[in-house]
Formats: sequence, structure tokens, C-alpha cells
Amino acid sequence: MMSERRCSPEDDCSSLLSRLGSDSPRPRMKYGGMFCSVEGAFENKTLNFESFSPQTQRRRAARTRSDKKNYSKREGDRLIVKGGKIVNDDQSFYADVYIEDGTIKQMGENLIIPSGVRTVDAYGQLVIPGGIDANTNLQAPQKGLNPTDDFYQGTRAAVSGGTTTIMDHVLVEPGMSLLSAFDQWRDTAEQRACCDFSLHLDITRWHDGLYEELETLVKDKGVNSFLFFMAYKDKYQSSDSQLYEAFWVLRDLGAIAQVHAENGDIIDEEQKKLLCLGITGPEGHVLSHPEEVETEAVYRAVTIAKQANCPLYVTKVMSKSAADVIAKARKKGMVVYGEPITAGLATDGSHYWSKDWATAAAFVMSPPLNPDPSTPQYLTALLACGDLQVTSSAQASFSTAQKAVGKDDFTLIPEGTNGIEERMSVVWDRAVCTGKMDENEFVAVTSTNAAKLFNMYPRKGRIAVGSDADIVVWNPKETRTVSAKTHNLTVEVNILEGLEFRGVASVVISGGRVVLEDGKLNVTEGSGRFIPRKAFPDAVYKRIRARSKMAEARGVPRGNYDGPVHDVISMTKSVPPTPTSRGPPCPKTLTGSRNLHQSGFTLAGSQVDDHIPRRSTQRIVAPPGGRSNITSLS
Amino acid sequence: MTASARTREAGLSVTRLDVKQATGSSLHRFQVGESLRLPVESAMSDCRRQWNREDELPVYLAGPISTGPNQRKSFGMFSSVEGAFESKTIDFDNYAVGRKGSRTPRSGSRERLLDTGEPVGKTPSEGREGSPSHPPGERDDGRPGVETRCSAGKEILTTQGLNSERLLIKGGRVVNDDQSLYADVYIEDGLIKYLQSMIIPLSFPHPYVIEANGRMVIPGGIDVDTCFMKPFLGTQPVDDFLQGTKAALAGGTTMIIDHVSPQPGDSLLEAFERWQEAADKKACCDYSLHVDIPQWNESVKDELELLVQEKGINSFQVYMAYKDLYQMSDSELYEAFSFLKQLGAVVLVHAENGDLIAQEQRKILGMGITGPEGHPLSRPEELEAEAVFRAITLGNRVNCPIYITKVMSKSAADTITQARRKGCLVFGEAITASLATDGSHYWSKNWAKAAAYVTSPPLSPDPTTPDHLHTLLACGDLQVVGSAHCTYSTSQKAIGKDDFTLIPEGTNGVEERMGFVWDKAVAMGKMDENQFVAVTSTNAAKIFNLYPRKGRIAVGSDADIVIWDPDSVKTISAKLQQSAGEYNIFEGLECRGGPALVLSQGQVVYEEGKLQVQQGTGRFIPRKHFPDLAYQRVKFRNQVKGKQGVIRGMYDGPVYDVVPTPKYITPSPSAKTSPTSHQPPPIRNLHQSNFSLSGAQIDDNMPRRSGHRIVAPPGGRSNITSLG
Repeated sequence: MMSERRCSPEDDCSSLLSRLGSDSPRPRMKYGGMFCSVEGAFENKTLNFESFSPQTQRRRAARTRSDKKNYSKREGDRLIVKGGKIVNDDQSFYADVYIEDGTIKQMGENLIIPSGVRTVDAYGQLVIPGGIDANTNLQAPQKGLNPTDDFYQGTRAAVSGGTTTIMDHVLVEPGMSLLSAFDQWRDTAEQRACCDFSLHLDITRWHDGLYEELETLVKDKGVNSFLFFMAYKDKYQSSDSQLYEAFWVLRDLGAIAQVHAENGDIIDEEQKKLLCLGITGPEGHVLSHPEEVETEAVYRAVTIAKQANCPLYVTKVMSKSAADVIAKARKKGMVVYGEPITAGLATDGSHYWSKDWATAAAFVMSPPLNPDPSTPQYLTALLACGDLQVTSSAQASFSTAQKAVGKDDFTLIPEGTNGIEERMSVVWDRAVCTGKMDENEFVAVTSTNAAKLFNMYPRKGRIAVGSDADIVVWNPKETRTVSAKTHNLTVEVNILEGLEFRGVASVVISGGRVVLEDGKLNVTEGSGRFIPRKAFPDAVYKRIRARSKMAEARGVPRGNYDGPVHDVISMTKSVPPTPTSRGPPCPKTLTGSRNLHQSGFTLAGSQVDDHIPRRSTQRIVAPPGGRSNITSLS
Repeated sequence: MTASARTREAGLSVTRLDVKQATGSSLHRFQVGESLRLPVESAMSDCRRQWNREDELPVYLAGPISTGPNQRKSFGMFSSVEGAFESKTIDFDNYAVGRKGSRTPRSGSRERLLDTGEPVGKTPSEGREGSPSHPPGERDDGRPGVETRCSAGKEILTTQGLNSERLLIKGGRVVNDDQSLYADVYIEDGLIKYLQSMIIPLSFPHPYVIEANGRMVIPGGIDVDTCFMKPFLGTQPVDDFLQGTKAALAGGTTMIIDHVSPQPGDSLLEAFERWQEAADKKACCDYSLHVDIPQWNESVKDELELLVQEKGINSFQVYMAYKDLYQMSDSELYEAFSFLKQLGAVVLVHAENGDLIAQEQRKILGMGITGPEGHPLSRPEELEAEAVFRAITLGNRVNCPIYITKVMSKSAADTITQARRKGCLVFGEAITASLATDGSHYWSKNWAKAAAYVTSPPLSPDPTTPDHLHTLLACGDLQVVGSAHCTYSTSQKAIGKDDFTLIPEGTNGVEERMGFVWDKAVAMGKMDENQFVAVTSTNAAKIFNLYPRKGRIAVGSDADIVIWDPDSVKTISAKLQQSAGEYNIFEGLECRGGPALVLSQGQVVYEEGKLQVQQGTGRFIPRKHFPDLAYQRVKFRNQVKGKQGVIRGMYDGPVYDVVPTPKYITPSPSAKTSPTSHQPPPIRNLHQSNFSLSGAQIDDNMPRRSGHRIVAPPGGRSNITSLG
């Protein structure tokens, strides 16, 4: 039963995606812009309504055949969303949406639909693709503590906020098998999640042996994004070399490298220093994670990714300068994406100095919220102009009792804030209502961009025929006040407590079923499907592929050097053996040999290069074996 | 004419005063204002002796002078140096007309200063004049207490005829970093004694007069980055201290700061002494030393302290490149920076990301590229810029001044620029090679030529780089021009003929350094002559605390002077150079501007293309810690940047139970983890859920809805079963 269910979405998806738009009579012209080079992105869009309306019968006939094979829990759910303004990332228009079997079957006005279809009224409201939260931690334990909000609670809250797909991080503890961790996560999530989900893998200790597992994950399991930590020294941190090797492998596999970008070495030293100073409260967290530490790591990650020619996705961009580094790197043409989070867009780090320990601790996360109060506006502006692409929540909630583990030492406070529920509202309120962003961009940053980057597009992130019926009816006029009392999470503190946000999801349709209506949640535990993601997402990898072809270095063909060669003394340092060095990944390497037979130099007879004035040659005439260091220095 | 008459008059009056002093007491202080301009023998000896005392305590280096009567307003980027404008030669009226009135307070302040100065021990080493009877090798550099210094009179009187060199440079335009003016320079005993417009030679006995004829008289160049003894796989650069300093002098550089490069495991102190010994024997111009720290550990700390406190070293280089050899991890860098900051030393950083370089090298060798072009391919510009950024971040965290050696690319230079704009304490050094040529030559068909350019970080293949770096030098975003001179012969370079990673790294440039800055920056109109002096000499002297002894033409400064000829044109060629290297990377380039005459320690060492140097005449110049330019701001920032916690009541709510998880030590960041076989066992912390619900809990009253999740089957769910 379970395995059957797990297979089916994949089949469904492949047939769905492969068929998309192939018979579309009028493919539109492509134009520039950041995400428009996606293959087929403009196929089968809903502009040519006439092509759908009359011929629906033919298309439906074709589909029902494949539908029969599909087992779907959402059978029988037929919906029409009427009268709303459809908002995609590229355009808005008025149309009705007909949903059957969890997918969007028809769009347009005056649809011919069967009778007995439930109608969702969206007059005067926006109909947007359900949000995609690209960063949640609903199961990742920290210091042995499990988040209070698991897949059920978390997805429930997500749905209530208008998010219909989450991408959770599978934290693979060092030494653990990637595959087993993945399976465990997926299993739990399938039992508990109320909305579709996908998974990132967090790799905490990179070594070559992971290659096979990675390959399996990418090719068979539908995971195409892997997170690496540059922080958490002596725990999860990867060195530059490891990152480089890992990025290299990911590039070959067609996956996206994600980084948690903070310089763990500096943080470690700063933490020691602060604890020595007697600062043990949550303010020590932000003092020990200064902004520039984040910036530095982002810069380094970008550099490494550039060298490995691997696409990079920086999770949790929390400071202005880190965002600037990403923006600049993008301007230089690097394939790098940045993700601000709910907390970073809605509030700032001044609360770390709160007199109330519990409040201050609730804000603890890494990288920390920036104490600069202008940071949220700045990040919003970058989001609006496309320098940052994705909003997520970085949801990881720990109760006060859990946070209190670090009551005498801020380094022990479990890190994480809520935000899964408020994410869409925050972006709407801070960006759209302030005029920084239009509704289309809103859809892009909350949903479409993530779908494109992680290769779920156009199944997710778009309202189009054939896409999954993850639809939100968005009421831009309503407001909601955030409070821990009324939110759908179990955690007892909400870091956005008391803030008022305009823009609320009035109806949420997940997988073709109405899960939120009139403020009432109607979710089913375990109804979420795992969304596999293919490797080589076009939005990301088209450029990478082209660059790989271009970037091949070539040597200079030269004649052999036949001049004299200085004698190298044997004992002189062959690279000092360090415990750190390890078998090189490339088959052909310098094997540390100091090639003693290299000096084919002889002074006997005339030389080819006798005519070249070479004044220093007399220096070569040294006692055989060369002078030793010690004597020559005296 | 009138001025000279006044001079003579003043001289006489001062003579009386000084005789009184000389006979009066044993407390002789060197008084710049007076004794310098004494044209009389007795006064000469007087000041000689005083200068010997000065060896223990050079008055202009001794510390802050705050009460000078005509102290000028500070302005500009380098003007916040305490006392920098004392003893300068700008207030001519002070000397010529209003001298009598203003002298008293000046000398008064000096007296005070000397009394507050540190007693003994911090000694600039004695020059030739101090120990004429000793062979150069036996000189005890920087050691206090040589008898001639304290005892006055006799001995010096007998020897002064031999050693005191009196020189008068007439009619030149003296160019300092802040202004240019027409003045004559009178030099005696290797020091500038008098600087004034129109000195009448008659008032001095037997000076050797040099007619400058309106040409520029500039402070001798300071080359802060040379490697004359850096060993590579047991071979030494072909230019040792003799050849190297000869080349330096021929190019108008009168002081070098060489890198002491100990190997990992070597004692820094011993290495320093080896270098100093070698340099004392061979160097023809004054020198000082940086010490490279090959690895960071506890034992290094003591040696560093000793070097700073007693040996007069205030700059140490750390490496972010050369993985598994010199490279330090970020943690080590953090510690090193913190420690060096306490010592008041300047941290030099070789900024390249060694981890990535090692990877790239492997990759490129794996692709079969073994020629010198592999060198720049494996060290792309980004890696340099990244490391510069990281070094600055670390420096900023520690609040320690950072000096980036060898800025070779635009992006690295821009990183420094931006950091300075944010207020970070960072200095950048461009080198001759990056200012005069670019990295396109790595792709030369001629292996020897391509290999000659190999240096780290490599020359950027972007041909607009030199221009950009000159622009930044001109506007002050980069501060210093070094040469990174480290010449290996072609046969030495050929060690790496089959593997570019084995090619010894280093290019020439000590001789061409000043010329190319003039040619590419001043002659092009990017820079004026004052800025030229600043970047080639003064800034370096300030950063490394040699100022104003070096890097300025002022009364009391060392007589390291260059008469610069802006119009001379020469074509660089290995045939004509002083350096012993057989290949010059600037071969065939034309260079406008060059030294017409070079004075080192008051001696003419180079004139019209001829070098007259004496091996071993160079003195070791010790440098004090806490150079003002680098450290003044640090001191203030230290005071401001104190961190404070928040005072809260104790948290008295419920606390979750945590089982301490075993902690793994990740390998040091430069290290890589071992393959799977070496993996530590997985931490599936099975004891995690020791949470018990039995009995009443303290926190039962708290709403903790998630509590039920903890109730898992004992031992936790197994992975395997959950897969089904």
C-alpha cells in the first residue's frame, strides 16, 4: 500500500511532465529575464484559451487513460475556482480554474465542466500558486532535541499560511548513511505531512565514499539539493577542500549545492572569548556570530562554487552585506542564489538584548537576525529586484524548555525560529503592500523561483493546465495579527508576536482538496506526497553546462626543456607528511616525489644553449649532492 | 646671502652654547635645533658623540612630541602619526629668522622627551661611524653598551676624520611625501644635519658638493618585500644579500626589508639570526627583516615575543596558501592575529586560498597540463580575492592591522579598497611585477620565459591589471610598492620542468621598482611626485615604524637620498642589470625615470650608472612595535569595542533534559576527512530519550504540547524497520 502510493506520484509526474505542451499550437516567443530560459516554460501556458476550450474533450480522453492507472487519494475531488484573478510569476489574468484528480484540468472563462462540481468563490481575490517553503527543519534534531513542531504540526501551519509544498532538510549526522537517513525522513514525512514535501540532504561530513550514495539519491530517489555547513566547527563543518570536492561531484550529478554560510572557525573563537568575558545570555549568540563572519563565508562559498563551476544556493541570508556579496557575484555572472527567511524579513536582532531570557532565546538562530533594524527592508528590496530569489522560513521551533538547555551558556541554546506560517503574509505585507514588489514577483519569490531552482516546475509553482492543484486564494485586504495563542504551531513563543500583516490566505487547495476555508483547517495527516526532483534543473544548469564546455583549460604545447636543471637535494622536504593529507581524488597526481633523476645536467661538451648568456650557471656547480642548508647559511 | 650670514651668526652663537654644554655636564642630549648646524670641529665631535648616544635612543623615534610650538594641523591619511611633524623642515623661519625665539621651547620639549623616553635597550643599530675599528662582521648589531657611545671626546675625535662624510647637495628640489621645496641638504656622518634653502658651502669645512641642478632629491626607496635567502627545495635565490642590495641601490632603493623564511619546525629565532648574520656580511644598504611564521603553535609565541621585544622585529608574515606546508587554518590565524596584536606587530598575510589551490593543482596536473601556464590556471584571481576578504574579516574581528603582501589582481585590490572604505585596518602592497607586466607570458612558448614569471599569487592575465593597480596606488587605496624580489636561475626554475608546482616561485623587481612606478604612474600623470615618494618609501617607513628615520628628507633623518632623474630612459635587459638572474621579466621594456645618484648612509653609492658599494656596510635597522600608523586606531577601537552582556534575572522555567552527546573533533579545516574506512561510528544517540513521564514534573504546569513526541519506544525506532 505504502510503496504503491510512493511510486504513483512519480509515474504520474513523469507522464505529466513529458506530455506537457507538446501539442501546443502556438509556442510563445521567449524573452530575457532571470528565469525565462527554462525549457518549455512557456509551453502550454494558458494564454491560448481557445486551444483548450474546444478541444478539451480530446485532451481529457488522452488523460483519462493515464489517470486510470493512477491511484490517487484525491479521487473525486472536483473543484472550480471561480472569478479570481490568476497570478503567475509572469502575468495576471482573470480566469476560472477547473481542478480534477489533484491537477488543474482547465483554465479559462466559460469552462465546460461536469455538473456537481464544488465551486470555490474567489471574486475579488487573487488566485496564486501555493507557496513553496524551501527550507524547513521539522525533524532535524539539535543537540539531541527534536523540534516541537514535526511534520504534522509544521505542515499544518504551512498550509494555514498558504504554503502547500515544503522542502525539509534531512540532517545526516556524521558517519550516518545518507540513504538510511533519507528513507527515515521520507517515511516519517509520508506518515505525518499534510502537504506535499520534498527533501534536501544536509551532508555533515564529506568524503569520497559518499559518492555512490549521492548518485543513488540523485538518480533514483529524487533529491537534487545538498546542504553543506561552513559553521559548527568540530561538528558539521566542512573545510574548503571538502566543499570543493563535494561541489565538483554535485556538479557532475546535476545537483544544487546549498551552504549554511558562516565561518565556523571565527565563531568558535569568538564564542570562547565571549564566554570568558562572562557573557552567557542569548546576546552572546549574536555577538559571536557577527555579520562579517556570514559575509566572509558567503564570499568563500561563492568562490569555491565558481571554481567548481557548481550552482550555489545560500540558505538563510540574514545580513545586508551577505546579500550584497550574492548580488555582486550574480552581477559577475556566477550561478548563485540567495534565500532570505521569514524572520529576517519581518524582524531584526535587537530582541537578543531583551531582558526576558525566554524572548531573547526564542530568536536564537544561525546566522542570527541582524541587529541593524534596516536589514529587513534591505533584504526585501533585493528580493524585489531579483538579487535574492527565494523566501523560505527556516522553520525549526524549540520550546522554551528546550531553549533553556542553554540558559547558562548561549552556545547550547538550540537554534531555530518559527516562520512557516507567516512567510507569505510577511512578504505580502513588507514587499507588495509597500510597493516594492508586484503580485507577480510575489508569486515568483514565494513559489515559482523555488520550483524552478529545484526542478519542480511547472508541476509546482504555477497555475497552468497540468500543474498540481496547489492553489491559494489570496485575500490582499484582510489582515491578521500574529500570536502564539492563535498560530497553528505547538511552540509557545512566536517571534513575530503582535505584528500585524496584511494579506491572508482565505482558501487553500492542496492536491486538489480544499484544506483551508473560512479560517478552518481541514487537513489529513499523511496526505502529503513526496515530490521527487530530477537532476539538472534547467533554470540552473543550462548555464553551468555551457560553461563547463567553455572552461576547459588547455596547456601550451612546448618543446621539451633541455637546459640545465638545478640539482635538488634528496632529503630536502618532500612535502611534510601531515595527518591531514589523504588520497587525492584525481587519478593522476604528483606523488610527492622530488624526482632525483631530474638533473640531466652535464657540463661536458658543448651545449645546445652555450650561446645563451647565462651568468648564473656557475651557481649550479655545487658539490655533488648540493650544499646543505646548514653550511650555506653560515 | 643674507640667510647665510644669519646662519653663520647663529652658528657661532650656538657654538658658545654648546661648548658650555660640552664642558658643563655629562648629560648631553642631542638637540636637533642647535648642534646640527654647527660648522665647527668641536661641535662636530659634540654631535657625533651625541649621535652615538642617539644610537641608543634616536630622538626622533623616541616617542610622541606633543608640545612643539609650531606643530602643524594634522591632515590627510597619514598625518595622524604622533610627532610626525616635529623636526620637519617646513618651518624655515624657525631656523632662519625667528630661530632664537622659537628654539627654546623646541629644545625644551626635546629634553622632556628624552627624559621620558625609554632608558636603554631599544637600539637602532650603530652604523659604520660607531664602530670603525671593527670589521663589519663582528659588529654587534643593535646591542647597547658599546663603549664608544658613552665615552665622549677622544676616540671619536681621532676617528672622525676617517668616517665623517660631509656632503652638500645643492640646488635640488627636495620632494617629500607631503610637499616639495627647493633646498640644499647638508649631510654629515650619514645623517641629514641641515636642510635649508641656500647653504653656503664655505660655512662648512670641506664638504663634497653635489650639484643637483634642480633635479628632484627624494628619500631613498624602501623595498618592503624581498626574499634574498628564501630556500626552495634546498636551493637559494641567485640574488643573495650582496647582489640583491646592489640591484636595489642601482634602482634607487636604499633600504630593503627581507623575509626570514624558516621552515616548519625551525626555530624562528635561529632563522632570524642566520638571516641577520648573512645580511650583515653581505648587504650594501640598510636592511630590516620580516619573519615568516611557518606554522602556529605554542612554542612560536615565546619566540615571537622575544623577536618583538628584543630583536626589533615588528612584522610577521602568515600564509593562507601552501597547503600542508605553511598554511594556517582560520582558527590558527585568529589566534596568531590576536597574539601579534598584543605584541603590537604588523601582520603580513600571503593571501591565497591554499585548499582550493591544492585541489586545482591536482586537477590541472590530472588534465596533463604541466607547464608554467598551469600555475596561473591553478591560482585564479578569485582565490586571491577570497583570501584577502577572509584575512580582512579575521583582522577586523580581532581588531588587528593587516598588511596584504603582493596584491596581484584587480579583484583583490578592490576587496582591499572596499574594506578600507568600511574602516578596516588593512594595507595593500603592489609589487613591481604586477605594476609593470601581466600574466599573459605564462603562455609563452619559451618554457624558460614562462617559468621566469612564476610567482605567487601569479600575475593576472588581465592586461589592464597594472593600470588599475597604479590608479589605486595613486589614490591611496594601496599604500606600498614592494618588489617581491626572489630570483631563481633558469636551471633552478627547471626543477619544475615536468611539474609546474615544483617551479620555484619568484620574480625579479628590486632594481626596476622605482623606475616603473615613475614611468607608469608619474609620467602618465596618475600620480604626483609626492605620492611617488609616499608609495615607494614614506608609507612603508610609517607602517613599519621606520619613520622619520627613513622615508623622509628631514633634519635628523638618515642620509638615504636619491637624486632622481625623471627624464632618463633605459631599456630593461638582463644584460644590464645588477641582479644575477639571467632572465629579467621586464626584458625589453622601456622605463622613463631613474636614479641619477644614490646616497646610502651619506655615501655616494651610485652615480651615473656606476655602483660603488662595499659589502657588509648595510646595518640592521630594528623597528619598534606598535607603529602609530597601524596601531593608533587599534588602541582607540579597543577602548570603544568592549562587549557587554545583558543583565537578566535567572531563568527559572523548565529545562529540557539533554544527554551529552559525544563530540567529534572534525579535522582541522585545511585537512580533509579520511575516506569511509576511517569514519567514526555513527552517533545514533540511542539514549537520547531518557525523558520520563512518571510522577509529577516541575514543569507540569507549562503547556508543552510536544512532550508526547518524546515518548518513543525505548531504544528508539530502528532505521531498518522503518524502511519497509
